[in-house]
Amino acid sequence: MMRPVRWISALALALLVGCAQQPPKDDSLYQELGQRAGIQKIVEGMLLHIAKDDRIYKYFAKVDIVRVRDKLVEKFCVEAGGPCTYTGDTLVEAHKGLNISRSDFNALVENLIDAMDDQHIPVPAQNRLIARLAPQRGEVIEK
Amino acid sequence: MARSLSAVFSPLVLASVVGGCVSAGAPLAWGEQGRLVATGGASSIEGGAGGGVIPWAVLAGYGEKGEWGGSAFATHVNLPDYTLDVVGAAASYANRIEFSYAHQRFDLGSLVSKLSLSEDNLTQDIFGVKVRLFGDLIYDQLPQVSAGLEYKHQNDFLIPSLVGARRDSDVEGYLTASRLFMGAAFGYNVVVNGGLRYSRANETGLLGFGGDRRDTRSVLKEGGAAVLFNPHWALGVDYREKPDNLSFAGESDWVDMFVGWFPNKHVSVVLAYAHLGEIATLDNQNGTYLSVQGSF
Repeated sequence: MMRPVRWISALALALLVGCAQQPPKDDSLYQELGQRAGIQKIVEGMLLHIAKDDRIYKYFAKVDIVRVRDKLVEKFCVEAGGPCTYTGDTLVEAHKGLNISRSDFNALVENLIDAMDDQHIPVPAQNRLIARLAPQRGEVIEK
Repeated sequence: MARSLSAVFSPLVLASVVGGCVSAGAPLAWGEQGRLVATGGASSIEGGAGGGVIPWAVLAGYGEKGEWGGSAFATHVNLPDYTLDVVGAAASYANRIEFSYAHQRFDLGSLVSKLSLSEDNLTQDIFGVKVRLFGDLIYDQLPQVSAGLEYKHQNDFLIPSLVGARRDSDVEGYLTASRLFMGAAFGYNVVVNGGLRYSRANETGLLGFGGDRRDTRSVLKEGGAAVLFNPHWALGVDYREKPDNLSFAGESDWVDMFVGWFPNKHVSVVLAYAHLGEIATLDNQNGTYLSVQGSF
């Protein structure tokens, strides 16, 4: 009677240990974007492009832009597989009441691409970051 | 470093940068339409947004919800024995519905003297409507799926009637899906298209509709794929199956391999090698295809 119980507890322990040791994260995109410093340059470049963009500057004109920058850096860092924690509001909360249109979202994507071009990020790496962000459009637009 | 950055990003500085740009004015200034560059496609030879010889599920121009988009184009196809010239335009609203028009002129070249034909060219007008049924090229779960109808009128029916064509005008329909797969080719984005057409057009209608061999519509496959090296450059291929309604000559399926350049949302240029095979008894009609489009 003892043997099966010990087997099960050993298995349970092994599972627990297995869960605690998460597989190493793929941070290759984080590296390609130039780690945290590179991501910060991209985010700042994007915000500067937005500041010159008639279509969407209005959403940023009255915000705490330093906070927006910091949270976006965290967000992009997490999406790129970097060693960061996102401490901002959920995307839905952050965009509530703004009624961001599909066109507005695309305008931001264009500004992000311009910023990545400025930093000479290779197109495949750009595509990887955008592919991480694109599925989250539903949490941003028309809120 | 931190201090200088927060200075750059202080709301005041940002507001002044922004303020300097507001005077540009008109929010509907053209160039500000909402879809991403190249997502309006090129202009297909039948007028609607697409690749070279087939429509894609995308709609002309760059309008998103609540916006208009549009395009106008001219295309020249230079073949060993013929030339095809097409001009046309398309307008779309809300990335939902597209209306298009194209005028095709097919010069018969060497065939005129060879067969002592009464006319040296064939022309056709094509009116199209395309509706995006569901999905999106880039976002959301489902691919963009569109259905279209084309009314075609062949204007010089004497030659088509002599070779067995049954009518000078017809309506045909198609269903097509398009999707961009991010990073699918060594990290580069790939657009894939596939569609079905229900048609009895001979050489897309330039030789009339229906024929002595077959007078009913056929389900025809069409499709293609393009790799985007960046948002402005595409390299791709289109394929279009064609029916065989006339007994006087075979009709080849069409293939083209193209390079598309979309420097911005107002101009695009497509250069292609068009492999059109046998047309009206003359084989190896393979040549160059050049299309220039203006859009918003």
